[in-house]
Amino acid sequence: MTYQRSSSRGAIIITTLEGVPGRDITKHFGLVQGSTIRAKHLGRDIAAGFKNLVGGELHGYTELLQEARQEATDRMLQQAAQMGANAVVNVRYSTSSVAQGAAELFAYGTAVRVD
Amino acid sequence: MFELFILLGLLLLGYVAGSIIEQNHYANIKVRERRTQRVPIYNIGAKQPLPDAKGAKLFVGSVVISSDYYKSFLAQFSKLLGGQIFAYDSLLDRGRREALLRMKEDAIRWGAKKVVNVRIETATIGNSHGDVGILSIEVFAYGTGLR
Repeated sequence: MTYQRSSSRGAIIITTLEGVPGRDITKHFGLVQGSTIRAKHLGRDIAAGFKNLVGGELHGYTELLQEARQEATDRMLQQAAQMGANAVVNVRYSTSSVAQGAAELFAYGTAVRVD
Repeated sequence: MFELFILLGLLLLGYVAGSIIEQNHYANIKVRERRTQRVPIYNIGAKQPLPDAKGAKLFVGSVVISSDYYKSFLAQFSKLLGGQIFAYDSLLDRGRREALLRMKEDAIRWGAKKVVNVRIETATIGNSHGDVGILSIEVFAYGTGLR
């Protein structure tokens, strides 16, 4: 999958590189970030409980975390759009346990303008 | 005695169903890996001069995958003995290959010639079987597709 969000200047480009290939960075806006914290225990979910016994993909949780990461990314892009950026470069993601049974999904990058 | 039967039943279920699911998953992974072979993925790119490309876009792939009862039992056992825990090797391997494939397949749909600066994150997910501690992991892969 991929993340999409539009600013007033069209879609914001996201890359994990130091810039956008084929475009020149004309302005740096600095670090932008977005995060979301989710409970991550598989309690009260009978389907996942059964899946736990036989193994395999837990589709519900795959989707749940995808949505959460989409949200973190959206928040980062929102910051970038407010600054007037049209690209966020050198994006990194991290997942960390902030408490027992809670995970923080974090996205950060550098907001820039490319022409 | 009754509890022992339940344990053995769960172990058997985990072993049989787990093996079938794993074999099917591996068969599926191998087919898709062959199909996507022509598009290379690299984990270099961040500290290099920017490549020539008409378009660049972030692509991600993720999967939450669970161990089975039998594997977890085996792992518990290995923990007591110390040393390497082989039970989870295939679980992590499947998760990583699946996440990379999902990222790659998306990038190919968009028309990517390659995916650079790929990163892989692994996180453990809690579980509802506190007594056995069946491991679930999330693998998240992301990189920049170039076309």
